[in-house]
Amino acid sequence: MSGSVIAKSGVARWFRRGPWEAVAMSLIGGGIIMLVQPLSIDLYSYSFVTILAGTVGFVIVSHFPE
Amino acid sequence: MTTISQPDHATMPGVSTPAKSRDARRVRGLSDRTIAWLFVAPTIALLLAINIFPLIWMIRLSFTSLNLSMSYLPLRFVGLDNFRDILNDEDVWFRLQTTAQFVISSVALQVVVGFGLALLINRQFRGHSFWTTIILLPMMLSPAVVGNFWTLLLQPQIGPFNYLISLFTGVPPSSFSMTGQVSLAPWTIVLVDTWMWAPYVMLICLAGLRSIPDYIYEAAEVDRASAWRQFWSITLPMTVPFLMLAVLFRAIENFKMFDMVNLLTSGGPGSTTELVSISLKRAAFEKWRTGYSSALAIILFVTVFGAANIYVKTLNKVKQR
Repeated sequence: MSGSVIAKSGVARWFRRGPWEAVAMSLIGGGIIMLVQPLSIDLYSYSFVTILAGTVGFVIVSHFPE
Repeated sequence: MTTISQPDHATMPGVSTPAKSRDARRVRGLSDRTIAWLFVAPTIALLLAINIFPLIWMIRLSFTSLNLSMSYLPLRFVGLDNFRDILNDEDVWFRLQTTAQFVISSVALQVVVGFGLALLINRQFRGHSFWTTIILLPMMLSPAVVGNFWTLLLQPQIGPFNYLISLFTGVPPSSFSMTGQVSLAPWTIVLVDTWMWAPYVMLICLAGLRSIPDYIYEAAEVDRASAWRQFWSITLPMTVPFLMLAVLFRAIENFKMFDMVNLLTSGGPGSTTELVSISLKRAAFEKWRTGYSSALAIILFVTVFGAANIYVKTLNKVKQR
């Protein structure tokens, strides 16, 4: 029983909304910068995947507990 | 002998058995939940028909090679080829850079002008309401109307704008064209967009300024803080969340700007003011590359959706203040 409590608290510690939302928003912001920057076409090519990962991630982590 | 009868629960007001309530529901015909669903159903059906269905259809088309000028050809599934083409296309990349330049310049100008206007309007003066209404007028117009009348105002031969410039600079009015010259056209769309949307930024900033309690300024007065010091230490920090909100909202709106720019310059001269939304329209309705343009639309949609998530998050933070 104590094992499950420890496991639960471990899960709760890892899957908190705040930090994950920050990561997802950083991905979206970084992806948008990669999309419009004038320096490298390689960055531009990977921008959509980055934005998509951030957006899908944001939708998922917004269901995590506070 | 007196008999004490048990009270009948069904006859008591407010007390009913499940069987009785089922009967009552059958008599009424429809439950509250069903009636609620009946009222909401047309809206949901309309939303599905005009928003969700076209989106799903567009996602499907983005994986095909459909070209509407050759619609007699069978629809061919091409997987992620359209996305690969777009994300390696330098033209689209340049159009996105043009869009970013437009977004950054116009949002920066709108924030400066809007915040300045909000500071002015926040002071109580004679005719305050009248001037607020006048300032808010451009925001209430349709972008199509704004695009059309600014096209007339900016005409080199008959438009008053060039005459106004020549009055101050001495340059002959017909010697330059605001929408036809490579060096001036990008600034023209920034100018018109700022004219239209700075009042919106002003409204948001005004809400921020009015949310600052007076006692903070009174305490600053007691501490003999100068007006400049009060601005940097109280006004600006407490308005920053509202400014962030205005910046995000205007950036999202300007990123998908189409109508006004299409009417003013149509992306010209050359492709100087060709924003990505205009490229999308050209790919879809001039080159008829439906699959390709659907994929481009998906890329823009995901970008705007991602930015909107950040916007909503910021909005909630501002609400919690």
